Amino acid sequence: MGSTNSTLSKIPNVEELMQETGFTPAHIVRLYDRFEALDKEKTGHLRPQDFGAINRLAMNPIGDRIIGAFFSPGQETVDFHSFVRILAHFRPADKKRPKDPSMPEPVNSRTSKLKFAFQLYDQDKDGKISRAELLQVLRSMLEMQVTEEQLESIADRTIQEADLDKDDAISFEEFRKSLEKVNIDHKMSIRFLR
Amino acid sequence: PLRRYASPGIALARSAEEPSATTEDGGESHRHGGGFQMVQWEWSYVQTPYIIAIWILVASVAKILFHFSQRFTTVVPESCMLILLGLVLGGIVLLTSKKQLYQLEPGLFFLFLLPTIVGDAGYFMPARLFFDNLGAILLYAVVGTLWNAFCTGFCLYGVKLLGVIDQKVQAGLMEFLLFGALISAVDPVAVLAVFEEVHVNETLFIIVFGESLLNDAVTVVLYKVYMSFVEVGPENVQTADYFKGVASFLIVSIGGTMVGLIFAALLAFITRFTKKVRIIEPLLVFLMVYLAYLTAELFSLSAILSMTFCGIGCNKYVEANISQKSRTTVKYTMKTLASIAETIIFIFLGISAVDKSKWAWDTGLISCTLIFIFVFRALGVVMQTWVLNWFRLVPLDKIDQVVMSYGGLRGAVAFALVVLLDAERVPAKDYFVATTIIVVFFTVMFQGLTIKPLVNWLKVPRATNRKPTINEEIHERAFDHCLTAVEDIAGLNGYHHWRDKWEQFDKNYLSKLLLRKSVYRKSELWEVYQKINIRDAISVIDQGGNVLTSARLSLPSMASRASFPEVTNVTNYLRENGSGVCLDLQVIDNVPGAKVEEESETHHFLAGNLYKPRRRYQSHYSRHFMTVGDHERQDREIFQRNMKSRMETFKTTRHKRHSHKKDRSQKKAGIPKRNDWISCGGASGVEDEKGEHLEPEKEEDVGITFVARKVPDTPKERPKSGVSEPSMAPPSPTCSERNLPWKGGIGTLPVCVSMEATKIIPIDLQQAWNQSISSLESLASPPGPVEPLHPASAPLQAGRAEEGALSDQEQELQPLMSSSVRPPGPPPPPPLAQGLGRRRNPCVYLRSLVTAPPPGSEPLARSRGPTQL
Repeated sequence: MGSTNSTLSKIPNVEELMQETGFTPAHIVRLYDRFEALDKEKTGHLRPQDFGAINRLAMNPIGDRIIGAFFSPGQETVDFHSFVRILAHFRPADKKRPKDPSMPEPVNSRTSKLKFAFQLYDQDKDGKISRAELLQVLRSMLEMQVTEEQLESIADRTIQEADLDKDDAISFEEFRKSLEKVNIDHKMSIRFLR
Repeated sequence: PLRRYASPGIALARSAEEPSATTEDGGESHRHGGGFQMVQWEWSYVQTPYIIAIWILVASVAKILFHFSQRFTTVVPESCMLILLGLVLGGIVLLTSKKQLYQLEPGLFFLFLLPTIVGDAGYFMPARLFFDNLGAILLYAVVGTLWNAFCTGFCLYGVKLLGVIDQKVQAGLMEFLLFGALISAVDPVAVLAVFEEVHVNETLFIIVFGESLLNDAVTVVLYKVYMSFVEVGPENVQTADYFKGVASFLIVSIGGTMVGLIFAALLAFITRFTKKVRIIEPLLVFLMVYLAYLTAELFSLSAILSMTFCGIGCNKYVEANISQKSRTTVKYTMKTLASIAETIIFIFLGISAVDKSKWAWDTGLISCTLIFIFVFRALGVVMQTWVLNWFRLVPLDKIDQVVMSYGGLRGAVAFALVVLLDAERVPAKDYFVATTIIVVFFTVMFQGLTIKPLVNWLKVPRATNRKPTINEEIHERAFDHCLTAVEDIAGLNGYHHWRDKWEQFDKNYLSKLLLRKSVYRKSELWEVYQKINIRDAISVIDQGGNVLTSARLSLPSMASRASFPEVTNVTNYLRENGSGVCLDLQVIDNVPGAKVEEESETHHFLAGNLYKPRRRYQSHYSRHFMTVGDHERQDREIFQRNMKSRMETFKTTRHKRHSHKKDRSQKKAGIPKRNDWISCGGASGVEDEKGEHLEPEKEEDVGITFVARKVPDTPKERPKSGVSEPSMAPPSPTCSERNLPWKGGIGTLPVCVSMEATKIIPIDLQQAWNQSISSLESLASPPGPVEPLHPASAPLQAGRAEEGALSDQEQELQPLMSSSVRPPGPPPPPPLAQGLGRRRNPCVYLRSLVTAPPPGSEPLARSRGPTQL
């Protein structure tokens, strides 16, 4: 416990961070250790290369997109607070915490989980998944296993299915609608060790 | 394991043996009556299979009868009814022969009935769901079962000491522990039977059901260990024996699993090479899965575990390797067998209960057992769930726990085990048997009956019987990758991390070894995509069938008429249609009263040009091949094309990778047409009656036949044809369009198509048609040169008609399809304009929607193919 406290004291505004993300001190400490491990040059910031050093991430078809999601536009680095905030998207929703309408929506709400997923597709940040963007994701996920034509037909069908305002692209609303029946809280949550 | 004492042959024969005694006399006298007899009574010769067949028949008929009343079956689970029926049948047998002739023979049960059910359960186990919840399942199966067994056994013994149980029940601690072991295991058969009707959400179901399958190892070992303890006497049990018991548990469970997985790998590997002998694929699946069970039995390992894991393990590879038809065969045969085995089990449970010799009633023992198993089940579930929820992403809430406790059904496994007890070693066997019967009946009947209201009352989340859309499939895959990545970033070696590792391993090694080369290259997502398309198509066909048979033609077409007086937008319609699939089946030719001669002329024209449907197909018979190869593929292809669905042919995917677009453009193409037709029909308001002439539904698998009808040839229509024409000869044809098989390298073929399209529209609606087309047209580039129309062709009408039986009424129905429509193997020309087609702009995309060849057009066009080629 002593080490926990000492670690926590190293992090500025840790109370606020915990409040915002809902992580427990144990989580924060664990993540902080991880952050330090990734931050090889001890700058207090992570650069994309630091993420790239994670071996298994290189094998992940959408790994680079995930890395990209950690960096807000224009920024080259990510500090611990942003790092934790991004990871907080994947915290399972807690049922015990009473719903407080006055509070801003927690970062692990269904909507923000979906938003996170959406921006993985929407690389040009225009609020729409275009056919080309979808194709890119599909291509990387399916690798060499399918022909370009197959990819395209899948993409076409996908857009056709989700596209409500027939602009040949999937907006966030449409994205949300198409996943209406999916239990996002299950599928976009990680059981962080307690 | 020990429990399987009875040899199968005897078990099978025994039920048959005894009745033979009564009937034999007649047969004997006949046979040896002297001289040659025209008809002989050969009962003794056929009796065993005959009685088995009769029982299966009885079971099937019983099943049918129960489902006559919809209301009844929704309230009372089938298993209850079957047990009741068994009781009645048992009563009848008992009254007629004074002795119970039949009972659920353990040998028969363990060697034949149980494997069919477990095999089905294992093979169709939703693997992802199963492994997602494996931790919970294992905990409940191992710890839960042990807890139940020990607590029930010890408490019964305690109660016995207290004197609640009668002194006549001669049983010591070991006997009670033995009894506790066999009564404590949740039974897969009962759970399946009851939960399948309740439709609780899949997580809950998989946990209870998974537990019931995996606890087999625990039950087997406990049973075995206690049996040996009872044999040697409790006083001679040494400490080492307990450790042996633990070791034996590990061997039985892990060994069983390994045997299953080995057989799974073998099976998958064998199915790699069955391309030329598709016909034996289903058999192989059954054989190997069953062999996995038997082999585990052979080494007295857990057979249920073995079979379950064999099923789970092989499913992915086998399903990918075997043909579509084999898949269907496997599915239906397994389901049929499992269903009938289940029926027989429950009937026989009922019958077995009606047997004077078995009943040794002790109220104390029975009521205590009932209370204990219920209380300890509930306690165990609550405690384990409490532990489990620390580790679960999605905690199991109180309602789940109630359902899980209540769903702890005991069943035929317990009964078969208790019957196997040796009455000399276990003097209280009769009491145990009676108690087991009561427990089984109570759990299956009382709990089975009340679990549905309970689930309703608790508002347990139900299973949605919904197939995922392509969007969900894609996004969920992305989510998986996303979670894996985040786990890696956060440095957690969690579930997703390991799952990803496994998938990598599977992809790099297992799939390479176990999947056919052709299959290996295919992506799973692509398979899913195809499946979704096929499913859509079939569902639309089904709807179409209804539309066609319903007298007033009132289905979707009606609705769309109302909602789309002027159809200008394709996507609009797509959305309206849900998945965006649109087949032309519902479209009915709206033009009334064409002249009969013209029709017959058309008929002859078509008959001359089109293939005779299925002639070769029907005469083709072989025991070793089931219309493989060309026939199958052609059928499929015709099927799809005619549907205008998004289905992809075997052929396309298999032989020509480039031609995928073809189908796609077709699908798209199909949509607007119908749309327009429908709107037109609505406006004209003449149509409707025609629909009734179409033949009723037929099997899904059979191809579609087209209905041709001559329309008064109005010159006015010609110009319009140009409207839809560009589609076929657009200035910059997409590669898909070039690839259309019926184009076969010749540019002039689309003629008929365009004509078709326009002719179907009644004259008064031409305007509307025009508008709708041109509105779409305006999006696209200017139309290309108009092809000359083929004068004699007639509009075709798509409908589902019986192959042969076509009504010869006012409209002639002409089946246009045959298995041999396509010339054997002209590979489609390589995509010329691939680059063009690859990145199509939305306009072209929309346009290709418009350009859909109308339903009947392709066969027509294709029929001309051969002559031109």
